[in-house]
Amino acid sequence: MTTPSGTPGTRTPGTATPGTATPGTVTPGTAAQRADDRETGTAVYLYGVARDLDESALDGVTGVADEPVRPLVHPDSGLTALISVVGLDQFGEQALRDNLEDLAWLEGTARAHHRVVTDIAGHAPTAPVRIATLYRDERRVLEVLEHDHRRLLELLDRITGRTEWGVKAYAVPEADGAGDGTGDGEPADGPASGASARPTSGTAYLQRRQAARQARRATQDRLAEHARAVHAELADHAVASRQHASQDARLSGRHETLILNMAYLVDDEQTEGFHEVARAVDRRLPGVKIEVTGPWPPYSFIDGDEATPTSVPEGAAEGTRP
Amino acid sequence: MSETPWTGTSRSPARSVSADRQSANLADILERVLDKGIVIVGDIRVNLLDIELLTIKLRLLVASVDRAKEMGIDWWEHDPSLSSSARAAPKAKVRSGGSAAGEVGSGDDRARLEEENRLLRERLAALEAAQEEEK
Repeated sequence: MTTPSGTPGTRTPGTATPGTATPGTVTPGTAAQRADDRETGTAVYLYGVARDLDESALDGVTGVADEPVRPLVHPDSGLTALISVVGLDQFGEQALRDNLEDLAWLEGTARAHHRVVTDIAGHAPTAPVRIATLYRDERRVLEVLEHDHRRLLELLDRITGRTEWGVKAYAVPEADGAGDGTGDGEPADGPASGASARPTSGTAYLQRRQAARQARRATQDRLAEHARAVHAELADHAVASRQHASQDARLSGRHETLILNMAYLVDDEQTEGFHEVARAVDRRLPGVKIEVTGPWPPYSFIDGDEATPTSVPEGAAEGTRP
Repeated sequence: MSETPWTGTSRSPARSVSADRQSANLADILERVLDKGIVIVGDIRVNLLDIELLTIKLRLLVASVDRAKEMGIDWWEHDPSLSSSARAAPKAKVRSGGSAAGEVGSGDDRARLEEENRLLRERLAALEAAQEEEK
């Protein structure tokens, strides 16, 4: 990551009103036309909170709606809120609701939010805030920092010196046994299983269907077993883990079957070991491909409640929502 | 399979540590920015149940439309919970600071949204199971 160092810039954190009221931000016709919150036509978007951040890290960083990202320092705690001033035309109450339903807008905003948090997390311990957290003005953000700084510092303590890594395990479409010349391919049992079998009768057809179903189930059992094994080994090198939802191929761009989707919080000294384990498992387990993503800002471990201090998940890649 | 605007990569957030690592895909990002991260109460925000609902909708609509259509399932086209135009949009609450994080304004809203979420989850599970079976 490159940091344009130098030119710390003269920023004046703590000024009460957003100085940059963007003109023309109020679009007629949206439902967001009520009197409250409209004085300036802007709101303050909060990306996250960093500790002991060198503000020059924010030079040239742009965020949602292409707005520059600015630091807002809470002097007592050393916390820096990462903010942008945004127009209510996009981020007002009703506009936001509508925009969140617009997948293209959501993608752009999510990526921008993520980019900012990732950039800064490369420089200082950073607590990412959930997307679309907005305040009336900078004074309100400072109030929140004042009110919440103890909790924020605690959360940051937990992730300082640690990094989130994503691990996915994919089932690679059956190369096992068949083409490898390893000779352990079991002859498919059952009456009408050969490739030469023609659908001579309805019974044979149904038998074949049933055999296929059973084979599929056996494969799934084996994959679940693999997933547990992968997790157990990785968890040994992590401080905490959290299961993520299964993903669709259209969003992920992947077509293999996802059998494990986890996030791990790893001590930075353990990073090498963690990756080594991932590579080793990838080599060892036939039919399983391990993919590591990251480093991520500690999204999955910042709120604490649902992160598991490295224990075994009950299922393979199911969602964890209650 | 046709291209969708959903694939595509962002620049990698990575130092290079593992050769197997891929740049961040949208699913990974959405999982995190929508559903994870610290929750601090804001002045203007869509309540969390709405966002949860949104992620479920994303999974449903983006994940399963084609497959579901093949199977002759098209309930969402008539389902008010999945068509923002057909639905009377629940109100987002504009709050000033100090109130509890992420709460829906009234108990009625909450109950309704929870019920909606529950139904969507069931449908999603059914669809995904069906997809699985078809594979």
